[in-house]
Amino acid sequence: MGTYETIETEVLILGAGGAGLRAAVAAAEAGARVLVVCKSLLGKAHTVMAEGGVAAAMHNVAYQDSWEVHFADTMKGGKLINDWQMAEIHAKESPDRVLELERWGAVFDRTWQGRIHQRPFGAHTYPRLAHVGDRTGLELIRTLQDRAVHQGGVEVHMEVTVFKLLKAEGRVAGALAYRRADGSLILYRCGALVLASGGAGKMYRVTSNSWESTGDGTALAYDAGAQLRDMEMVQFHPTGMVWPAGVRGILVTEGVRGEGGVLRNKEGERFMERYDRDRMELSSRDVVARAINSEVLAGRGTPHGGAFLDITHRKPDFIKSKLPSMYEQFLKLANVDITKQPMEVAPTIHYAMGGVRVDAETGASTVPGLYAAGEVASGLHGANRLGGNSLSDLLVFGKRAGEAAAAAAKNNPNAAGARLDEGEIDHAIADVMAPLDRPSGENPFKVQAEIQDVMTAHAPIVRDGPGLQAGLEKILELEERADQCGTGGSGTLAFNPGWHTSQDLRSMLVNAEALLRSAIERKESRGAHARSDFPRTDDQLTEVNYIVEKSLQVMHVKAERRPAMPDYLAQAVQHSYTRYTPEETE
Amino acid sequence: MEISNLDLKIWRGDANGGELVSYRVPVREGMVVLDAVLWVQANMAADLAVRWNCKAAKCGSCSAEIDGFPRLMCKTPIADYGGELSVGPMKAFAVIKDLVTDVSWNYQVNKEIPPFTPSEKDLTSSEPWRMHQKDVERVMEFRKCIECFLCQDVCHVLRAHDLKGVFQGPRFMVRIASLEMHPKDVLDRRPLLKGKAGIGYCNVTKCCTEVCPEHIHITDNAIIPLKERMDDEYFDPVRSLLRRLGGSARKPSA
Repeated sequence: MGTYETIETEVLILGAGGAGLRAAVAAAEAGARVLVVCKSLLGKAHTVMAEGGVAAAMHNVAYQDSWEVHFADTMKGGKLINDWQMAEIHAKESPDRVLELERWGAVFDRTWQGRIHQRPFGAHTYPRLAHVGDRTGLELIRTLQDRAVHQGGVEVHMEVTVFKLLKAEGRVAGALAYRRADGSLILYRCGALVLASGGAGKMYRVTSNSWESTGDGTALAYDAGAQLRDMEMVQFHPTGMVWPAGVRGILVTEGVRGEGGVLRNKEGERFMERYDRDRMELSSRDVVARAINSEVLAGRGTPHGGAFLDITHRKPDFIKSKLPSMYEQFLKLANVDITKQPMEVAPTIHYAMGGVRVDAETGASTVPGLYAAGEVASGLHGANRLGGNSLSDLLVFGKRAGEAAAAAAKNNPNAAGARLDEGEIDHAIADVMAPLDRPSGENPFKVQAEIQDVMTAHAPIVRDGPGLQAGLEKILELEERADQCGTGGSGTLAFNPGWHTSQDLRSMLVNAEALLRSAIERKESRGAHARSDFPRTDDQLTEVNYIVEKSLQVMHVKAERRPAMPDYLAQAVQHSYTRYTPEETE
Repeated sequence: MEISNLDLKIWRGDANGGELVSYRVPVREGMVVLDAVLWVQANMAADLAVRWNCKAAKCGSCSAEIDGFPRLMCKTPIADYGGELSVGPMKAFAVIKDLVTDVSWNYQVNKEIPPFTPSEKDLTSSEPWRMHQKDVERVMEFRKCIECFLCQDVCHVLRAHDLKGVFQGPRFMVRIASLEMHPKDVLDRRPLLKGKAGIGYCNVTKCCTEVCPEHIHITDNAIIPLKERMDDEYFDPVRSLLRRLGGSARKPSA
């Protein structure tokens, strides 16, 4: 069998985006030895794509803001199927997490009084997003990266892919991985493991996500016996680029609308009036995405099948200072000067609200020793995520998961000697190597493209039962084909993307299957999950989450009722908050 | 100009050598070089090694040399070229395979630069900090850096003379500037600049500024002001005398 190097640590973290790095900092501060493993180079994770800002009720711009309002906005945006305990923790702790970043060197845009500036964003009652122009994610990841590498106790393994979690006596005790550069194998041993591996947007064709977002964390957790939750809930961001074809799907930040951008159809009509008269362009993402979709279907779309997003009424200098990378992106990639011309935009797959089921306070999954934080986890966002809540999510719950994992590792001092199942290791290695020995096997890039076609056709922005069912059958067929695929040519171990993709397919297929099965079960429309055959929201399902787990090697979905919110939280949701009228003008 | 096919020459090989290999790629409207390279990977050469992530010029992964010029592949429209172009790996770093190079040295350098260090008073204050927009804008320019390392690639000190042991390169001059000019940072990194960082090796040819996809004025706004600070500290006769008499007010870096 293949040989591998054994590397031992206390806390193993999968992923070096915001959640993984924040968890690493927290675990190291708690005294644990930490090893972070990431698929790309350090600092390249998907967090850099977060543009608009980080949501935190610091009330620097609107004094009326408070954690209660942020909590209520998050719950209402998530159509009330959120884990309310997570939403409460998130709303209360995110201001501290933002201020802490500043003390670690992050530089946010300022108000005239010198406080951190906060911009308005979709479905946030008050201006709440701390930001740096439209590159907040980069600021956040760079700050955390520098904190982690200078802190001591944190080691980073770049360009390493984990393909199997290993358990000993029922708890996670390690993982198997390969180095992308040369295909050499590593067996990691650990006292606790934190998944911070992000989402699965790559299972769709038009997405803002990179090659990395193949849902590895959810698939690894599922395979290790952990429960997944809300897998039917994936977010279409309303505004992705549509033209030229090569850039289709690339994100156009919600910050454009936050800074006053308006949406129009080809007839010049500000169509959001018909979908959400109160909030208009700053309605929640599910509503805006469906509105654009409906306009296009009704024949009122732009030449390339989208809507116009127009910010030309703002001064050119304002646009260039508030939205510098959008200005640059459109000028360079689409030859459009957004200070003079409208942008063409359409929905693009952006974010997975569903994922690993976690404990609200610790990020613990249902498998001992296994934790999850950030996009790979579920609960905070319910049926729809508000813009800005993902950066605060990964700070708040990254820290909590890191601390909990460090404590678990300390309580598990004999982890390095845990008895792992040699047979399981051999089997997993044989499995990962198999495509290299199938020179005539199918090209994994072709299978990947077919998965994307199936999900695009069968789990679109508005779904229906027969379509989902047909999609599920196709995904099950693709699972069989993926098991038999090759590397698309060469059998080399040296940096071979064909081989790497053959591994990613397995993760994508678990995510796709879980999405389709959960979507079939949720017979209503709620948030990001819209069904033409069940167009109404069913109040009976407000307390229900769909849970996915593996039982006897088969995927099962079950409905589970959540306990009701305590009164003080229910009151916070029901309260009617005064509307914000800007006092500041630029 | 409309072209239907692109003759894309990609450098294929590893540490032992390699060559340009020609691929015929069907062109789509608005295609960038990265699209063409990924098309080759998906359809003609699944083992073609290339780094990329965001495809939106925000992560700095897909750095390469296009017709010999350091650029991000995701930001380079093929319409800017005729019907043919070549793509090769960054030359200042050792090749791993095809377009992928070993950039780990950069991560080592970053570890050697003392991190953001606020004063004890600021650190222990329970009040949120106040800073003004005009005071932070200067460092914001430097913090736009996406670590594509194209500036490192083009810098002749690193590229032609391979002086990686004595000069940390433009990327890290920008990094040091972002710390030194941070309104709340109190550490003095001039000993580092004079020593390990080797700022004296830069002779301000501005090649780094020219290739920066974030349009950071690396030479004018980072390197030259840092050089001026060095001059104040080490070559100003009045300061030199004061230093000998009483020592510097700022805490020197290790």
